[in-house]
Amino acid sequence: MQITRGMRLKQAKEYVAGKLGVSLMDLSDPVVMLDVRKERGLGSSSEAGEILYVDDPVGLEAKFHIAELLDIPVNSVERFKAMTRGRG
Amino acid sequence: MEHSIPTRMGDGALVFLTPSEIEAAIRDGVAAAVKRAKVEPLTEDEIAHLLDIFSSRSRFSAVDIGDEVTLSYDGCGSQDMGTRVNDLQYYEQYLCADSVELYHQNYSFKPAKAVLGLEQTTMRQAQYLITAPCGYGAMPDLGLYTVPDGPLANWSQLLPLGKVAEARAAQEEAVELAVEDIFHVAASMAEAGADFIDLDTAGAAGDADFLAALKAIARIRARFPDLGIQIGMASEFVLGMHGELEYDGVRLAGLWPREQMKLAARAGVTIFGPAINVNTGKTVAWNVARTIAIVKQCCEESTVPVHLNGGMGVGGVPMHVLPPGDAVSRASRAAVDVLRLDGL
Repeated sequence: MQITRGMRLKQAKEYVAGKLGVSLMDLSDPVVMLDVRKERGLGSSSEAGEILYVDDPVGLEAKFHIAELLDIPVNSVERFKAMTRGRG
Repeated sequence: MEHSIPTRMGDGALVFLTPSEIEAAIRDGVAAAVKRAKVEPLTEDEIAHLLDIFSSRSRFSAVDIGDEVTLSYDGCGSQDMGTRVNDLQYYEQYLCADSVELYHQNYSFKPAKAVLGLEQTTMRQAQYLITAPCGYGAMPDLGLYTVPDGPLANWSQLLPLGKVAEARAAQEEAVELAVEDIFHVAASMAEAGADFIDLDTAGAAGDADFLAALKAIARIRARFPDLGIQIGMASEFVLGMHGELEYDGVRLAGLWPREQMKLAARAGVTIFGPAINVNTGKTVAWNVARTIAIVKQCCEESTVPVHLNGGMGVGGVPMHVLPPGDAVSRASRAAVDVLRLDGL
């Protein structure tokens, strides 16, 4: 929210918490957020397959979900969409 | 008799001071900011909070739970183990960086231009693996456009000779060359998938350097309306190496963070990073108090997120290649608590 929208931290936290349906305190609680991240496919630490499994999105896969959830244009996601768009 | 508390000097040296001595250092740091930067002093409550932070004997200090801020980094990784993409992964996975930044070892836009194909390919590879926003960073670095590194006359050689007009002309020409290079690299990296561009250490060569950054930012913003653009300043005060340069009708020489922020936001940044110099002969408490007093109004009035530069020799962090964690954590916590920063 800061990088693409220039949103200040207080507003950014409120925006993200609202989109995720969690409290402001939850945002920095790793116990709560791991479940939220896994349920919504937002990525996390991988830790040799013990935290994220092979069917959990990581890297750019997770970024797609983040862009969609937060309703923001993410440059790397937009580029991937453009590169994989049907040709011919 | 007051007990002594281990604390740090601006060069990182450990010293023992009493609470009264620490309080005196904090008040002196605030007074130094008021005198030099013409800012308002900190309140008594804010000074008391700084004293509380610096009177602790604990190894580490931290903000309250729930008050965490985002952490951005200029140039992620040491580039001496694994690959540059591994560096970004380490920062994301093990240091919990909120954004990561790919960089070329030379860390200036001009040399990055010469290896742009490699930089684009590396950015493309990184984007597949990184979840956090992944950007590209470098310095405007206007000095690289002067002899012996570049085509223009060197104003640092011309000025001592009294050739002021020639020195100014060289700087004005360098601005245009730098803007072209910065825009070319930024656009190329955006096309390779970069989520943001970081113009770091802006203003290092003075007002012309800052002007190049601002003009480049405006061009990048016009071409990429949704791209993140971060600027990190070189120092607290824009040096007037030229002296007469303006951006949007505002003279750049002599600008402090509050005015720097306004111009950077007007040009199109989404994150502004003020840099306040450290005095190595004063304590960390003195430096942190001075830093916070200088930046406070900038933070209060900013229309974009403010990430205070906190690292070797800026933001109250000691000027040492391995800044002690006790000093770094105190400087960071104090700045976040008092300034309500958006990030570091």
